[in-house]
Amino acid sequence: MSLIALLLIPTLLGIGTFFMKNDARRRAVLVVGAAAHASLVAATWAFPPAPLLGGWLLLDRLGQLFLTITSALFLAAALYAVGYLRREQRAAHRDFEEGLLFTNAPEATFTACLLFFLAAMTLVTVSQALGLLWIAIEATTLASAPLIYFHRHHRSLEATWKYLLICSVGIALALLGNFFLAVAASTRDGARVPLVLDSLIGAAGSLHVAWLKATLLLLLVGYGTKMGLAPLHTWLPDAHSEAPSVVSALLSGALLNCAFLGILRVQQVCAAAGQARFGQDLFVGFGLLSMAVAAVFIIGQTDFKRLLAYSSVEHMGILILGIGLGGAANFGALLHAVNHSLTKAMLFLVAGNILTVYRSKSAVGVGGIMRVLPASGVLWIAGFFAITGSPPFGPFLSEFTILKAALDQGRGGVACAYLVLLAIIFVGMITVALGMAQGPADDRWRLARPSESLLAIGPPAALAVVVLILGLYVPPAMHTAIEEAAHLLG
Amino acid sequence: MGAGVDPALVLLALTSVLLLGSSRLTRGIRIVAFQGILLGGLTVAAHAHELSARVVALALLILALKGAAFPWLLSRVLQRADVRREVEPLVSYIISMMAGTLALAFSFWLSARLPLPSLPISTLAVPVALFTTQVGLFLIVSRRTALMQVLAYLVLENGIYTFGVGVVQGTPMIVELGILLDVFVAVFVMGIAIFHINREFDHIDANQLTLLTDWTG
Repeated sequence: MSLIALLLIPTLLGIGTFFMKNDARRRAVLVVGAAAHASLVAATWAFPPAPLLGGWLLLDRLGQLFLTITSALFLAAALYAVGYLRREQRAAHRDFEEGLLFTNAPEATFTACLLFFLAAMTLVTVSQALGLLWIAIEATTLASAPLIYFHRHHRSLEATWKYLLICSVGIALALLGNFFLAVAASTRDGARVPLVLDSLIGAAGSLHVAWLKATLLLLLVGYGTKMGLAPLHTWLPDAHSEAPSVVSALLSGALLNCAFLGILRVQQVCAAAGQARFGQDLFVGFGLLSMAVAAVFIIGQTDFKRLLAYSSVEHMGILILGIGLGGAANFGALLHAVNHSLTKAMLFLVAGNILTVYRSKSAVGVGGIMRVLPASGVLWIAGFFAITGSPPFGPFLSEFTILKAALDQGRGGVACAYLVLLAIIFVGMITVALGMAQGPADDRWRLARPSESLLAIGPPAALAVVVLILGLYVPPAMHTAIEEAAHLLG
Repeated sequence: MGAGVDPALVLLALTSVLLLGSSRLTRGIRIVAFQGILLGGLTVAAHAHELSARVVALALLILALKGAAFPWLLSRVLQRADVRREVEPLVSYIISMMAGTLALAFSFWLSARLPLPSLPISTLAVPVALFTTQVGLFLIVSRRTALMQVLAYLVLENGIYTFGVGVVQGTPMIVELGILLDVFVAVFVMGIAIFHINREFDHIDANQLTLLTDWTG
């Protein structure tokens, strides 16, 4: 029952908000929907929901972990969005980069798409049937494309077009991968193992190995495009930097994880078929390449939203690298997925606060945040130290777990490359963050005395507190849950 | 196996080649619409020995969407956009056709080497599916107008669907419908995006969408 509710609540509320005239009421519905979704998700930890549609929809530990991240981030984003939409309510805006006038997309469309986006991501996490998983992942692309085009100017349009086309093509290849999997699951007498995770894993021994490998390749390229693995990441910096910050937070913190889950699902099947090694070698390569590409673009990056976007490419690389190493690194990667999502979402929300006041995405044009926006400034600095893996924050712990696993497995080369890239990225990111936060504040911003509302500071601050706690102490219940999820990966 | 399978597959491959050499967008839309009709026919022909209401319904839906709804939607966009031809493609039409011939040969070579556990509906199914998929991918990267890129995406999808219908029998109905729904929404959203691109930029040349880059600082 609760699975149906999880899917239907955001869908129905989305349809409802699309037709609502009153702005305040629509925003209230958004928050209520997010809160209802989050509380239902919390309840699934106490009362595991029953499978639906003959096992097609089922919440296993892996799905539950990602669903919880998604739901928590969505609640934070929904609260933040209320304040954001209030600020954005003017009829026309002056574009701060090129001075043109532009309008926003209708708020009703925006809110409805946010809720549809949540519904699609929920479907990704509960799908056990790989065909359904594909449908859900494509649905997340379609629901989020209008969100990127909220500010109706040509740069966001360009970003939306790239996002739509590149991700759709990637996901089309993943569809071919699903058909390949169906071939791999066919037996000589014409019967076929159903493409549901349980059955596939149960019958893994009888799968056709060559086709299974081809499946993994296509799904890795297809879902990897969506996940932002280099060199398939080209849409990501544009979409993340042009979308409203609250959308960037969801794209980076929740959407990329959904694509990651798609890759994990096929790896589960491969591992059960005794082919874990084949994918893992590819994963390590993609992981290190993503980190390296991110490092190149982070050094000297002047647009701070693009900086955060490239940092997401880096962290997706770390996640896939962890899965590629396997063993204890599986645990590290899943823990890192939690840490990265919370930290990155928080940073994007803070970036939104900075953008509102400074009206510039260039790190050079922003200075003295600590003086102008004290609360945002503190969160900005803390967030950058957290995301670059400094103690005492959560990402340090998970990145360290992955490093330790690499060393324990005797893969010194991988560990070395990993450390060097992390160090380069640390320097590149911290330089920019400190430059923005410190220094004298231009009188233009200081005299304006911008206020930091509770809705703008509360959600990122809450996320920051969780990231800090996770760095000091991982609750035993959570530890067990992630261990169980990692166990599913073999 | 059904009688119409092979002719439909041959026509599918031929129309893909035709699209490689066509510069007029209206003609491109017509070709892709015709491919949609072919796929509807192929769906029925592939299941001719065990025709069920389910298959007929699916075929009709494919006909309605790929053969009618998408072309209609894209024609509307084209009328608004006031563009008639593909602007200077990145790869010329002659070279595109030649590359297509090579891709066709490659597809036959490759599919002869693929070990299929079960028999496909026709020996042509796998090569034509692979060929159409490649044509779709090639057109996406080598054509500049946004509308042509959507057509290319549809051709890519047609190729993948051909693989599905030719090799994988018995995909659950809900998955088939879900895939169709996704493609429908994708084309719809892309259509809206093209409409906005035309309004913002006065052209639909996706190759000129180059404002966002890391190099201009």
